Amino acid sequence: MTATLETPTTTPVAAGTTPAPVVRRRRGRRAVNLVLPVAVFAALLGVWYAITYLVLDPGRRFLMPAPHTLVTDALLDPTITDKVWPALGRSIVVTFTGLAIAIVIGMLWAIAMSQSKAVESSLYPYAVALQCIPILALVPLIGFWFGFGFPSRVIVCVMIALFPIVSNTLFGIQSVDRGHHELFTLHKAGRTTRLLKLQLPAALPAIFAGFRISAGLSVVGAIVGDLFFKQGEPGLGILLSNFSSRLQGAPLFFTIVVTAALGFAVFFLFGWLSKLVVGSWYDQSRDR
Amino acid sequence: MSAPAPTAPPAAPPTATRVLEFADVARQFPDGTVALEGVDLTIDRGEFVTVVGPSGCGKSTLLRIASGLDAASAGSARVDAERIGYVFQDATLLPWRSVKKNVELLAELHGMSRTATNQAALDAIELVGLRGHEKKLPRALSGGMKMRASLARSLTLDPDLFLFDEPFGALDEITRERLNDELIRLFVAKGFGALFITHSVSEAVYMSTRVLVMSGRPGRIVESFDVPFGSDRTPELRFTPEFAKLAGEVSHALREGHS
Ligand SMILES: Nc1ncnc2c1ncn2[C@@H]1O[C@H](COP(=O)(O)OP(=O)(O)O)[C@@H](O)[C@H]1O
Ligand SMILES: [Mg+2]
Repeated sequence: MTATLETPTTTPVAAGTTPAPVVRRRRGRRAVNLVLPVAVFAALLGVWYAITYLVLDPGRRFLMPAPHTLVTDALLDPTITDKVWPALGRSIVVTFTGLAIAIVIGMLWAIAMSQSKAVESSLYPYAVALQCIPILALVPLIGFWFGFGFPSRVIVCVMIALFPIVSNTLFGIQSVDRGHHELFTLHKAGRTTRLLKLQLPAALPAIFAGFRISAGLSVVGAIVGDLFFKQGEPGLGILLSNFSSRLQGAPLFFTIVVTAALGFAVFFLFGWLSKLVVGSWYDQSRDR
Repeated sequence: MSAPAPTAPPAAPPTATRVLEFADVARQFPDGTVALEGVDLTIDRGEFVTVVGPSGCGKSTLLRIASGLDAASAGSARVDAERIGYVFQDATLLPWRSVKKNVELLAELHGMSRTATNQAALDAIELVGLRGHEKKLPRALSGGMKMRASLARSLTLDPDLFLFDEPFGALDEITRERLNDELIRLFVAKGFGALFITHSVSEAVYMSTRVLVMSGRPGRIVESFDVPFGSDRTPELRFTPEFAKLAGEVSHALREGHS
Protein backbone atom coordinates (compact mmCIF):
# COMPACT_ATOMS: atom_id res chain seq x y z
CA MET A 1 0.00 0.00 0.00
CA THR A 2 2.26 2.78 -1.14
CA ALA A 3 1.13 5.13 -3.87
CA THR A 4 -2.37 6.13 -2.93
CA LEU A 5 -2.59 9.61 -4.37
CA GLU A 6 -2.20 10.06 -8.07
CA THR A 7 -1.92 13.70 -8.97
CA PRO A 8 -3.90 14.63 -12.03
CA THR A 9 -2.05 17.45 -13.66
CA THR A 10 -3.81 19.92 -15.86
CA THR A 11 -2.58 19.59 -19.38
CA PRO A 12 -1.35 22.72 -21.07
CA VAL A 13 -2.14 22.83 -24.76
CA ALA A 14 0.88 21.52 -26.58
CA ALA A 15 2.61 24.28 -28.49
CA GLY A 16 3.48 23.70 -32.12
CA THR A 17 6.29 21.19 -32.01
CA THR A 18 8.35 19.88 -34.86
CA PRO A 19 6.52 16.68 -35.80
CA ALA A 20 9.14 14.60 -37.61
CA PRO A 21 11.56 13.69 -34.80
CA VAL A 22 8.69 13.16 -32.39
CA VAL A 23 7.05 10.61 -34.67
CA ARG A 24 10.31 8.79 -35.23
CA ARG A 25 11.09 8.70 -31.54
CA ARG A 26 7.57 7.49 -30.76
CA ARG A 27 7.73 4.69 -33.32
CA GLY A 28 11.11 3.65 -31.95
CA ARG A 29 9.73 3.70 -28.44
CA ARG A 30 6.80 1.50 -29.43
CA ALA A 31 9.17 -1.14 -30.79
CA VAL A 32 11.22 -0.98 -27.62
CA ASN A 33 8.00 -1.16 -25.60
CA LEU A 34 7.21 -4.47 -27.27
CA VAL A 35 10.58 -6.12 -27.74
CA LEU A 36 12.07 -5.47 -24.33
CA PRO A 37 9.22 -6.86 -22.20
CA VAL A 38 9.01 -9.98 -24.36
CA ALA A 39 12.76 -10.48 -24.04
CA VAL A 40 12.65 -10.04 -20.28
CA PHE A 41 9.72 -12.46 -20.04
CA ALA A 42 11.56 -15.07 -22.08
CA ALA A 43 14.64 -14.63 -19.91
CA LEU A 44 12.58 -15.11 -16.75
CA LEU A 45 11.04 -18.31 -18.15
CA GLY A 46 14.54 -19.48 -18.97
CA VAL A 47 15.72 -18.86 -15.42
CA TRP A 48 12.63 -20.63 -14.12
CA TYR A 49 13.34 -23.76 -16.23
CA ALA A 50 16.97 -23.63 -15.20
CA ILE A 51 16.04 -23.62 -11.55
CA THR A 52 13.54 -26.45 -11.99
CA TYR A 53 15.78 -28.80 -13.96
CA LEU A 54 19.31 -27.75 -13.06
CA VAL A 55 19.17 -26.53 -9.47
CA LEU A 56 16.47 -28.65 -7.84
CA ASP A 57 16.87 -32.39 -7.61
CA PRO A 58 13.89 -34.37 -8.95
CA GLY A 59 12.39 -35.03 -5.52
CA ARG A 60 12.16 -31.32 -4.73
CA ARG A 61 10.83 -30.03 -8.04
CA PHE A 62 7.42 -29.32 -6.46
CA LEU A 63 9.09 -26.20 -4.99
CA MET A 64 9.39 -24.72 -8.46
CA PRO A 65 7.41 -26.83 -10.97
CA ALA A 66 8.33 -26.19 -14.58
CA PRO A 67 6.11 -23.59 -16.28
CA HIS A 68 4.48 -26.07 -18.66
CA THR A 69 3.35 -28.26 -15.73
CA LEU A 70 1.05 -25.39 -14.67
CA VAL A 71 -0.86 -26.27 -17.83
CA THR A 72 -0.52 -30.05 -17.77
CA ASP A 73 -0.92 -30.65 -14.04
CA ALA A 74 -3.34 -27.86 -13.17
CA LEU A 75 -5.14 -26.08 -16.01
CA LEU A 76 -5.95 -29.37 -17.75
CA ASP A 77 -6.66 -31.30 -14.55
CA PRO A 78 -10.38 -31.11 -13.74
CA THR A 79 -9.85 -32.11 -10.12
CA ILE A 80 -7.81 -28.91 -9.73
CA THR A 81 -9.85 -26.58 -11.93
CA ASP A 82 -13.06 -27.74 -10.26
CA LYS A 83 -11.63 -26.10 -7.15
CA VAL A 84 -9.91 -23.10 -8.72
CA TRP A 85 -12.70 -21.71 -10.91
CA PRO A 86 -15.39 -21.65 -8.19
CA ALA A 87 -12.83 -20.16 -5.77
CA LEU A 88 -12.00 -17.49 -8.35
CA GLY A 89 -15.72 -16.75 -8.70
CA ARG A 90 -16.13 -16.35 -4.93
CA SER A 91 -13.06 -14.13 -4.67
CA ILE A 92 -14.37 -11.96 -7.50
CA VAL A 93 -17.68 -11.57 -5.69
CA VAL A 94 -15.88 -10.59 -2.45
CA THR A 95 -13.56 -8.18 -4.31
CA PHE A 96 -16.32 -6.36 -6.14
CA THR A 97 -18.74 -6.29 -3.23
CA GLY A 98 -16.02 -4.79 -1.03
CA LEU A 99 -14.93 -2.37 -3.71
CA ALA A 100 -18.49 -1.23 -4.42
CA ILE A 101 -19.13 -0.57 -0.73
CA ALA A 102 -15.77 1.22 -0.42
CA ILE A 103 -16.64 3.40 -3.41
CA VAL A 104 -20.02 4.41 -1.98
CA ILE A 105 -18.72 5.06 1.56
CA GLY A 106 -15.49 6.67 0.36
CA MET A 107 -17.17 9.08 -2.03
CA LEU A 108 -19.86 10.08 0.45
CA TRP A 109 -17.17 10.60 3.08
CA ALA A 110 -15.10 12.79 0.76
CA ILE A 111 -18.11 14.75 -0.47
CA ALA A 112 -19.19 15.44 3.11
CA MET A 113 -15.68 16.68 3.93
CA SER A 114 -15.59 18.86 0.82
CA GLN A 115 -18.76 20.67 1.83
CA SER A 116 -17.58 22.02 5.16
CA LYS A 117 -14.27 22.74 6.80
CA ALA A 118 -15.73 21.62 10.14
CA VAL A 119 -16.69 18.22 8.73
CA GLU A 120 -13.31 17.94 7.05
CA SER A 121 -11.31 18.66 10.19
CA SER A 122 -13.42 16.27 12.26
CA LEU A 123 -13.46 13.39 9.75
CA TYR A 124 -10.11 13.59 7.98
CA PRO A 125 -8.10 12.23 10.93
CA TYR A 126 -10.10 9.00 10.69
CA ALA A 127 -9.25 8.66 7.02
CA VAL A 128 -5.60 9.06 7.92
CA ALA A 129 -5.99 6.57 10.78
CA LEU A 130 -7.47 4.10 8.31
CA GLN A 131 -4.33 4.50 6.24
CA CYS A 132 -1.89 4.29 9.16
CA ILE A 133 -3.32 1.43 11.21
CA PRO A 134 -2.15 -1.85 9.72
CA ILE A 135 -5.50 -3.30 8.70
CA LEU A 136 -4.08 -6.80 9.09
CA ALA A 137 -3.88 -6.17 12.82
CA LEU A 138 -7.63 -5.66 12.87
CA VAL A 139 -8.49 -8.75 10.83
CA PRO A 140 -8.69 -11.10 13.84
CA LEU A 141 -10.95 -8.58 15.58
CA ILE A 142 -13.20 -8.45 12.53
CA GLY A 143 -13.50 -12.21 12.60
CA PHE A 144 -14.16 -12.08 16.33
CA TRP A 145 -17.05 -9.66 15.83
CA PHE A 146 -18.55 -10.62 12.49
CA GLY A 147 -17.75 -14.29 12.18
CA PHE A 148 -15.60 -16.01 9.60
CA GLY A 149 -17.81 -15.87 6.56
CA PHE A 150 -18.61 -13.60 3.64
CA PRO A 151 -19.39 -10.40 5.64
CA SER A 152 -15.99 -10.40 7.37
CA ARG A 153 -14.17 -10.93 4.08
CA VAL A 154 -16.04 -7.98 2.57
CA ILE A 155 -15.30 -5.79 5.58
CA VAL A 156 -11.56 -6.43 5.21
CA CYS A 157 -11.78 -5.44 1.53
CA VAL A 158 -13.66 -2.26 2.36
CA MET A 159 -11.18 -1.21 5.02
CA ILE A 160 -8.20 -1.79 2.78
CA ALA A 161 -9.74 -0.13 -0.27
CA LEU A 162 -11.34 2.90 1.39
CA PHE A 163 -8.51 5.38 1.84
CA PRO A 164 -7.45 5.93 -1.77
CA ILE A 165 -11.06 6.62 -2.71
CA VAL A 166 -11.54 9.12 0.11
CA SER A 167 -8.28 10.94 -0.49
CA ASN A 168 -8.49 11.03 -4.28
CA THR A 169 -12.11 12.16 -4.33
CA LEU A 170 -11.40 14.90 -1.81
CA PHE A 171 -8.27 15.97 -3.65
CA GLY A 172 -10.14 16.08 -6.94
CA ILE A 173 -12.97 18.15 -5.55
CA GLN A 174 -10.58 20.56 -3.87
CA SER A 175 -8.51 21.07 -7.00
CA VAL A 176 -11.33 22.64 -8.98
CA ASP A 177 -10.17 25.67 -10.91
CA ARG A 178 -10.82 28.95 -9.09
CA GLY A 179 -12.09 30.65 -12.24
CA HIS A 180 -14.72 27.93 -12.62
CA HIS A 181 -15.78 28.39 -9.01
CA GLU A 182 -16.17 32.13 -9.56
CA LEU A 183 -18.25 31.50 -12.66
CA PHE A 184 -20.64 29.41 -10.58
CA THR A 185 -20.63 31.96 -7.74
CA LEU A 186 -21.35 34.76 -10.19
CA HIS A 187 -24.43 32.97 -11.41
CA LYS A 188 -25.62 32.08 -7.93
CA ALA A 189 -25.30 28.31 -8.25
CA GLY A 190 -26.39 26.44 -5.13
CA ARG A 191 -24.34 23.85 -3.30
CA THR A 192 -25.86 20.85 -5.03
CA THR A 193 -25.62 22.38 -8.48
CA ARG A 194 -21.99 23.26 -7.87
CA LEU A 195 -21.28 19.74 -6.68
CA LEU A 196 -23.04 17.99 -9.55
CA LYS A 197 -22.17 20.30 -12.43
CA LEU A 198 -18.69 21.37 -11.39
CA GLN A 199 -16.93 19.62 -8.53
CA LEU A 200 -17.72 15.98 -9.24
CA PRO A 201 -17.14 16.13 -13.01
CA ALA A 202 -13.88 18.01 -12.46
CA ALA A 203 -12.82 15.44 -9.87
CA LEU A 204 -13.55 12.41 -12.09
CA PRO A 205 -9.96 11.87 -13.26
CA ALA A 206 -8.71 11.85 -9.67
CA ILE A 207 -11.65 9.71 -8.55
CA PHE A 208 -10.89 7.10 -11.20
CA ALA A 209 -7.23 7.11 -10.24
CA GLY A 210 -8.43 6.26 -6.74
CA PHE A 211 -10.72 3.49 -8.02
CA ARG A 212 -7.82 1.92 -9.87
CA ILE A 213 -5.64 1.79 -6.78
CA SER A 214 -8.49 0.58 -4.61
CA ALA A 215 -9.48 -2.15 -7.05
CA GLY A 216 -6.03 -3.71 -6.67
CA LEU A 217 -6.16 -3.34 -2.91
CA SER A 218 -9.59 -4.93 -2.83
CA VAL A 219 -8.18 -8.08 -4.45
CA VAL A 220 -5.51 -8.13 -1.75
CA GLY A 221 -8.28 -7.75 0.84
CA ALA A 222 -10.21 -10.68 -0.57
CA ILE A 223 -7.15 -12.98 -0.45
CA VAL A 224 -6.08 -11.80 2.99
CA GLY A 225 -9.57 -12.26 4.39
CA ASP A 226 -9.57 -15.79 2.98
CA LEU A 227 -6.23 -16.64 4.53
CA PHE A 228 -7.43 -15.56 7.94
CA PHE A 229 -10.96 -16.85 7.93
CA LYS A 230 -10.29 -20.38 6.83
CA GLN A 231 -13.93 -21.28 7.01
CA GLY A 232 -16.91 -21.17 4.76
CA GLU A 233 -16.77 -21.49 1.00
CA PRO A 234 -13.11 -21.31 -0.04
CA GLY A 235 -11.85 -18.44 -2.16
CA LEU A 236 -8.46 -18.21 -3.83
CA GLY A 237 -6.71 -17.47 -0.52
CA ILE A 238 -7.84 -20.71 1.06
CA LEU A 239 -6.82 -22.67 -2.05
CA LEU A 240 -3.36 -21.08 -1.95
CA SER A 241 -3.01 -22.08 1.64
CA ASN A 242 -4.31 -25.63 1.03
CA PHE A 243 -2.16 -26.33 -2.04
CA SER A 244 0.94 -25.10 -0.26
CA SER A 245 0.34 -27.17 2.86
CA ARG A 246 -0.22 -30.23 0.68
CA LEU A 247 2.94 -29.47 -1.30
CA GLN A 248 0.97 -29.38 -4.56
CA GLY A 249 3.45 -27.25 -6.49
CA ALA A 250 1.83 -26.96 -9.92
CA PRO A 251 -1.69 -26.22 -8.59
CA LEU A 252 -0.23 -23.69 -6.15
CA PHE A 253 1.65 -21.83 -8.87
CA PHE A 254 -1.38 -22.02 -11.14
CA THR A 255 -3.58 -20.48 -8.45
CA ILE A 256 -1.01 -17.73 -7.90
CA VAL A 257 -1.11 -16.97 -11.60
CA VAL A 258 -4.92 -16.89 -11.53
CA THR A 259 -4.84 -14.54 -8.52
CA ALA A 260 -2.35 -12.28 -10.25
CA ALA A 261 -4.54 -12.31 -13.35
CA LEU A 262 -7.48 -11.18 -11.22
CA GLY A 263 -5.36 -8.27 -9.93
CA PHE A 264 -4.36 -7.26 -13.44
CA ALA A 265 -7.92 -7.63 -14.68
CA VAL A 266 -9.44 -5.27 -12.10
CA PHE A 267 -6.61 -2.75 -12.58
CA PHE A 268 -7.07 -2.68 -16.33
CA LEU A 269 -10.86 -2.77 -16.03
CA PHE A 270 -10.73 0.50 -14.11
CA GLY A 271 -8.10 1.95 -16.40
CA TRP A 272 -10.41 1.20 -19.30
CA LEU A 273 -13.48 2.60 -17.51
CA SER A 274 -11.54 5.75 -16.70
CA LYS A 275 -10.56 6.16 -20.32
CA LEU A 276 -14.16 5.63 -21.34
CA VAL A 277 -15.52 8.25 -18.92
CA VAL A 278 -12.87 10.98 -18.87
CA GLY A 279 -10.52 9.99 -21.68
CA SER A 280 -12.13 12.30 -24.20
CA TRP A 281 -11.33 15.44 -22.24
CA TYR A 282 -8.62 14.42 -19.81
CA ASP A 283 -5.16 13.38 -20.96
CA GLN A 284 -4.35 10.41 -18.74
CA SER A 285 -0.95 9.74 -20.24
CA ARG A 286 0.23 12.69 -18.19
CA ASP A 287 -0.15 11.13 -14.78
CA ARG A 288 1.27 7.70 -15.42
CA MET B 1 -9.53 54.54 -47.34
CA SER B 2 -12.17 57.00 -46.28
CA ALA B 3 -12.24 58.36 -42.78
CA PRO B 4 -15.59 57.59 -41.18
CA ALA B 5 -17.28 60.84 -40.35
CA PRO B 6 -17.40 61.51 -36.63
CA THR B 7 -21.01 60.92 -35.68
CA ALA B 8 -22.99 60.35 -32.54
CA PRO B 9 -22.01 57.33 -30.44
CA PRO B 10 -23.68 54.03 -31.35
CA ALA B 11 -27.42 54.32 -31.11
CA ALA B 12 -28.42 54.06 -27.49
CA PRO B 13 -31.94 52.75 -27.06
CA PRO B 14 -34.50 55.54 -26.70
CA THR B 15 -34.92 54.89 -23.01
CA ALA B 16 -31.29 55.03 -21.98
CA THR B 17 -31.20 53.02 -18.80
CA ARG B 18 -28.44 53.28 -16.29
CA VAL B 19 -26.92 49.86 -15.60
CA LEU B 20 -24.01 50.84 -13.39
CA GLU B 21 -23.42 53.72 -11.02
CA PHE B 22 -20.29 53.93 -8.89
CA ALA B 23 -19.90 56.91 -6.55
CA ASP B 24 -16.65 57.40 -4.68
CA VAL B 25 -15.98 53.66 -4.64
CA ALA B 26 -12.93 52.44 -2.77
CA ARG B 27 -11.56 48.99 -2.11
CA GLN B 28 -8.99 48.32 0.52
CA PHE B 29 -7.90 44.73 1.06
CA PRO B 30 -7.34 43.35 4.56
CA ASP B 31 -3.59 43.44 3.98
CA GLY B 32 -3.81 47.22 3.55
CA THR B 33 -3.52 47.35 -0.26
CA VAL B 34 -5.71 50.14 -1.58
CA ALA B 35 -6.75 48.75 -4.95
CA LEU B 36 -9.32 51.45 -5.72
CA GLU B 37 -9.99 54.94 -4.43
CA GLY B 38 -12.56 57.59 -5.27
CA VAL B 39 -13.90 55.89 -8.37
CA ASP B 40 -16.91 57.62 -9.96
CA LEU B 41 -18.34 55.83 -12.96
CA THR B 42 -21.69 55.52 -14.67
CA ILE B 43 -22.60 53.29 -17.58
CA ASP B 44 -25.88 53.32 -19.53
CA ARG B 45 -27.15 50.70 -21.90
CA GLY B 46 -25.63 51.40 -25.31
CA GLU B 47 -22.39 52.65 -23.81
CA PHE B 48 -19.12 50.81 -24.30
CA VAL B 49 -16.69 51.97 -21.66
CA THR B 50 -13.10 50.77 -21.78
CA VAL B 51 -10.57 50.99 -19.01
CA VAL B 52 -6.85 51.07 -19.75
CA GLY B 53 -4.19 51.17 -17.09
CA PRO B 54 -0.95 49.56 -15.99
CA SER B 55 -1.21 46.08 -14.54
CA GLY B 56 -1.95 45.97 -10.85
CA CYS B 57 -3.76 49.31 -10.92
CA GLY B 58 -7.09 47.81 -9.86
CA LYS B 59 -8.90 47.12 -13.13
CA SER B 60 -9.91 43.59 -12.25
CA THR B 61 -10.98 44.73 -8.80
CA LEU B 62 -13.26 47.29 -10.45
CA LEU B 63 -14.92 44.55 -12.50
CA ARG B 64 -15.17 42.18 -9.58
CA ILE B 65 -17.04 44.82 -7.61
CA ALA B 66 -19.33 45.51 -10.57
CA SER B 67 -20.08 41.78 -10.84
CA GLY B 68 -20.71 41.27 -7.14
CA LEU B 69 -17.78 38.86 -6.73
CA ASP B 70 -16.18 41.51 -4.51
CA ALA B 71 -17.63 44.42 -2.56
CA ALA B 72 -16.59 48.03 -2.22
CA SER B 73 -15.11 48.90 1.17
CA ALA B 74 -16.37 52.48 0.86
CA GLY B 75 -18.66 54.46 -1.44
CA SER B 76 -21.69 53.16 -3.27
CA ALA B 77 -21.50 50.63 -6.07
CA ARG B 78 -24.91 50.22 -7.65
CA VAL B 79 -25.53 47.82 -10.47
CA ASP B 80 -28.95 47.82 -12.01
CA ALA B 81 -28.84 44.91 -14.41
CA GLU B 82 -31.07 41.85 -14.41
CA ARG B 83 -28.33 39.77 -15.91
CA ILE B 84 -24.61 40.35 -16.06
CA GLY B 85 -22.24 38.84 -18.58
CA TYR B 86 -18.67 38.42 -17.39
CA VAL B 87 -15.96 37.32 -19.78
CA PHE B 88 -12.59 36.52 -18.26
CA GLN B 89 -9.22 36.51 -19.98
CA ASP B 90 -9.23 32.74 -19.57
CA ALA B 91 -12.29 31.36 -21.37
CA THR B 92 -13.11 29.19 -18.28
CA LEU B 93 -14.88 26.56 -20.38
CA LEU B 94 -15.61 23.28 -18.60
CA PRO B 95 -13.30 20.80 -20.35
CA TRP B 96 -15.77 17.90 -20.11
CA ARG B 97 -18.58 19.77 -21.82
CA SER B 98 -18.95 20.21 -25.57
CA VAL B 99 -19.16 23.70 -27.02
CA LYS B 100 -22.94 23.50 -27.06
CA LYS B 101 -23.12 22.22 -23.48
CA ASN B 102 -20.70 24.92 -22.33
CA VAL B 103 -22.77 27.60 -23.98
CA GLU B 104 -25.85 26.20 -22.25
CA LEU B 105 -24.27 26.28 -18.79
CA LEU B 106 -25.33 29.72 -17.58
CA ALA B 107 -28.86 29.33 -18.89
CA GLU B 108 -28.99 26.07 -16.92
CA LEU B 109 -27.72 27.79 -13.78
CA HIS B 110 -30.37 30.46 -14.18
CA GLY B 111 -33.05 27.81 -14.39
CA MET B 112 -34.16 28.44 -17.95
CA SER B 113 -36.34 25.71 -19.43
CA ARG B 114 -34.78 22.98 -21.56
CA THR B 115 -36.18 24.30 -24.80
CA ALA B 116 -35.36 27.94 -24.02
CA THR B 117 -31.81 26.94 -23.07
CA ASN B 118 -31.37 24.97 -26.25
CA GLN B 119 -32.69 27.80 -28.41
CA ALA B 120 -30.62 30.47 -26.61
CA ALA B 121 -27.49 28.37 -27.06
CA LEU B 122 -28.14 27.79 -30.76
CA ASP B 123 -28.74 31.51 -31.31
CA ALA B 124 -25.62 32.52 -29.39
CA ILE B 125 -23.48 29.96 -31.23
CA GLU B 126 -24.77 31.36 -34.50
CA LEU B 127 -24.02 34.93 -33.38
CA VAL B 128 -20.39 34.23 -32.52
CA GLY B 129 -19.82 32.15 -35.64
CA LEU B 130 -19.32 28.75 -34.02
CA ARG B 131 -21.93 26.90 -36.11
CA GLY B 132 -20.64 23.44 -36.94
CA HIS B 133 -18.43 23.27 -33.86
CA GLU B 134 -21.20 22.50 -31.34
CA LYS B 135 -20.03 18.99 -30.59
CA LYS B 136 -16.34 19.79 -30.13
CA LEU B 137 -14.69 19.69 -26.74
CA PRO B 138 -12.80 22.80 -25.58
CA ARG B 139 -9.44 21.10 -26.02
CA ALA B 140 -10.11 20.87 -29.75
CA LEU B 141 -10.67 24.63 -30.05
CA SER B 142 -8.20 27.39 -30.85
CA GLY B 143 -7.80 30.28 -28.41
CA GLY B 144 -10.04 32.48 -30.53
CA MET B 145 -12.76 29.84 -30.73
CA LYS B 146 -12.63 29.29 -26.99
CA MET B 147 -13.18 32.99 -26.46
CA ARG B 148 -16.11 32.93 -28.90
CA ALA B 149 -17.63 30.06 -26.93
CA SER B 150 -17.13 31.98 -23.70
CA LEU B 151 -18.78 35.03 -25.25
CA ALA B 152 -21.67 32.91 -26.52
CA ARG B 153 -22.14 31.45 -23.05
CA SER B 154 -22.75 34.94 -21.63
CA LEU B 155 -24.85 35.97 -24.61
CA THR B 156 -27.46 33.30 -23.81
CA LEU B 157 -28.45 35.43 -20.82
CA ASP B 158 -28.98 38.49 -23.01
CA PRO B 159 -27.22 40.62 -20.37
CA ASP B 160 -27.87 44.30 -19.76
CA LEU B 161 -24.34 44.77 -18.54
CA PHE B 162 -21.33 43.01 -20.01
CA LEU B 163 -18.02 42.93 -18.16
CA PHE B 164 -14.84 42.02 -20.03
CA ASP B 165 -11.54 41.45 -18.24
CA GLU B 166 -8.86 41.56 -20.94
CA PRO B 167 -10.77 38.97 -22.93
CA PHE B 168 -8.55 39.07 -26.01
CA GLY B 169 -5.25 39.64 -24.22
CA ALA B 170 -3.96 36.15 -24.92
CA LEU B 171 -4.89 36.08 -28.61
CA ASP B 172 -2.78 36.87 -31.65
CA GLU B 173 -3.36 40.25 -33.26
CA ILE B 174 -5.34 39.07 -36.27
CA THR B 175 -7.76 37.01 -34.18
CA ARG B 176 -8.00 39.84 -31.72
CA GLU B 177 -8.93 42.41 -34.34
CA ARG B 178 -11.48 40.10 -35.89
CA LEU B 179 -13.08 39.52 -32.50
CA ASN B 180 -13.04 43.30 -31.89
CA ASP B 181 -15.19 43.73 -34.99
CA GLU B 182 -17.55 40.92 -34.01
CA LEU B 183 -17.96 42.31 -30.53
CA ILE B 184 -18.79 45.75 -31.93
CA ARG B 185 -21.38 44.11 -34.17
CA LEU B 186 -22.92 42.30 -31.17
CA PHE B 187 -22.87 45.49 -29.13
CA VAL B 188 -24.65 47.46 -31.83
CA ALA B 189 -27.21 44.69 -32.27
CA LYS B 190 -27.92 44.12 -28.59
CA GLY B 191 -27.31 47.55 -27.09
CA PHE B 192 -26.03 46.32 -23.74
CA GLY B 193 -23.81 48.44 -21.51
CA ALA B 194 -20.18 47.29 -21.50
CA LEU B 195 -17.22 47.72 -19.20
CA PHE B 196 -14.17 46.45 -21.04
CA ILE B 197 -10.64 46.17 -19.73
CA THR B 198 -7.63 46.03 -21.98
CA HIS B 199 -3.93 46.69 -22.11
CA SER B 200 -4.15 47.84 -25.69
CA VAL B 201 -4.78 51.54 -26.33
CA SER B 202 -5.64 50.79 -29.94
CA GLU B 203 -8.24 48.21 -28.90
CA ALA B 204 -9.68 50.64 -26.35
CA VAL B 205 -10.12 53.46 -28.82
CA TYR B 206 -11.43 51.16 -31.53
CA MET B 207 -14.10 49.50 -29.41
CA SER B 208 -15.45 52.16 -27.11
CA THR B 209 -17.76 55.06 -26.78
CA ARG B 210 -15.67 56.19 -23.81
CA VAL B 211 -12.11 55.39 -22.70
CA LEU B 212 -11.05 55.71 -19.08
CA VAL B 213 -7.43 55.86 -18.07
CA MET B 214 -6.50 54.48 -14.67
CA SER B 215 -3.37 54.91 -12.62
CA GLY B 216 -2.25 52.65 -9.83
CA ARG B 217 -1.51 52.77 -6.10
CA PRO B 218 -4.12 53.72 -5.24
CA GLY B 219 -6.20 52.84 -8.32
CA ARG B 220 -7.96 55.93 -9.60
CA ILE B 221 -9.54 57.05 -12.85
CA VAL B 222 -7.28 59.87 -13.99
CA GLU B 223 -8.79 60.77 -17.34
CA SER B 224 -11.83 60.13 -19.51
CA PHE B 225 -12.08 60.42 -23.30
CA ASP B 226 -15.28 60.40 -25.31
CA VAL B 227 -14.76 58.53 -28.55
CA PRO B 228 -16.44 60.33 -31.45
CA PHE B 229 -16.53 57.50 -33.99
CA GLY B 230 -19.88 56.02 -34.99
CA SER B 231 -21.14 52.46 -34.74
CA ASP B 232 -20.09 51.64 -38.31
CA ARG B 233 -16.46 51.07 -37.42
CA THR B 234 -14.28 49.15 -39.87
CA PRO B 235 -10.63 48.11 -39.56
CA GLU B 236 -9.61 51.05 -41.75
CA LEU B 237 -10.54 53.35 -38.87
CA ARG B 238 -7.32 52.32 -37.18
CA PHE B 239 -5.32 54.07 -39.90
CA THR B 240 -7.12 57.44 -39.84
CA PRO B 241 -5.51 60.59 -38.41
CA GLU B 242 -8.44 61.07 -36.00
CA PHE B 243 -7.87 57.61 -34.59
CA ALA B 244 -4.13 58.17 -34.27
CA LYS B 245 -4.67 61.50 -32.54
CA LEU B 246 -7.05 60.07 -29.94
CA ALA B 247 -4.87 56.99 -29.37
CA GLY B 248 -1.93 59.34 -28.87
CA GLU B 249 -3.83 61.33 -26.25
CA VAL B 250 -4.84 58.18 -24.39
CA SER B 251 -1.27 56.87 -24.47
CA HIS B 252 -0.04 60.19 -23.19
CA ALA B 253 -2.51 60.14 -20.27
CA LEU B 254 -1.45 56.56 -19.53
CA ARG B 255 2.20 57.62 -19.31
CA GLU B 256 1.35 60.66 -17.19
CA GLY B 257 -0.58 58.45 -14.76
CA HIS B 258 2.31 56.06 -14.66
CA SER B 259 4.92 58.54 -13.50
N1 LIG C 1 -7.54 39.58 -2.65
C1 LIG C 1 -6.56 40.50 -2.62
N2 LIG C 1 -5.88 40.75 -1.48
C2 LIG C 1 -4.90 41.67 -1.46
N3 LIG C 1 -4.51 42.40 -2.50
C3 LIG C 1 -5.13 42.20 -3.66
C4 LIG C 1 -6.18 41.24 -3.80
N4 LIG C 1 -6.61 41.24 -5.08
C5 LIG C 1 -5.87 42.17 -5.72
N5 LIG C 1 -4.98 42.75 -4.87
C6 LIG C 1 -4.05 43.83 -5.21
O1 LIG C 1 -4.80 44.93 -5.64
C7 LIG C 1 -4.16 45.56 -6.72
C8 LIG C 1 -5.07 45.61 -7.91
O2 LIG C 1 -5.26 44.32 -8.42
P1 LIG C 1 -6.08 44.03 -9.76
O3 LIG C 1 -7.41 44.66 -9.64
O4 LIG C 1 -6.04 42.58 -10.03
O5 LIG C 1 -5.20 44.80 -10.84
P2 LIG C 1 -5.26 44.76 -12.44
O6 LIG C 1 -6.42 43.94 -12.85
O7 LIG C 1 -5.37 46.18 -12.87
O8 LIG C 1 -3.96 44.19 -12.91
C9 LIG C 1 -2.86 44.80 -6.98
O9 LIG C 1 -1.82 45.48 -6.33
C10 LIG C 1 -3.12 43.47 -6.35
O10 LIG C 1 -1.91 42.91 -5.89
MG1 LIG D 1 -6.42 42.11 -14.00
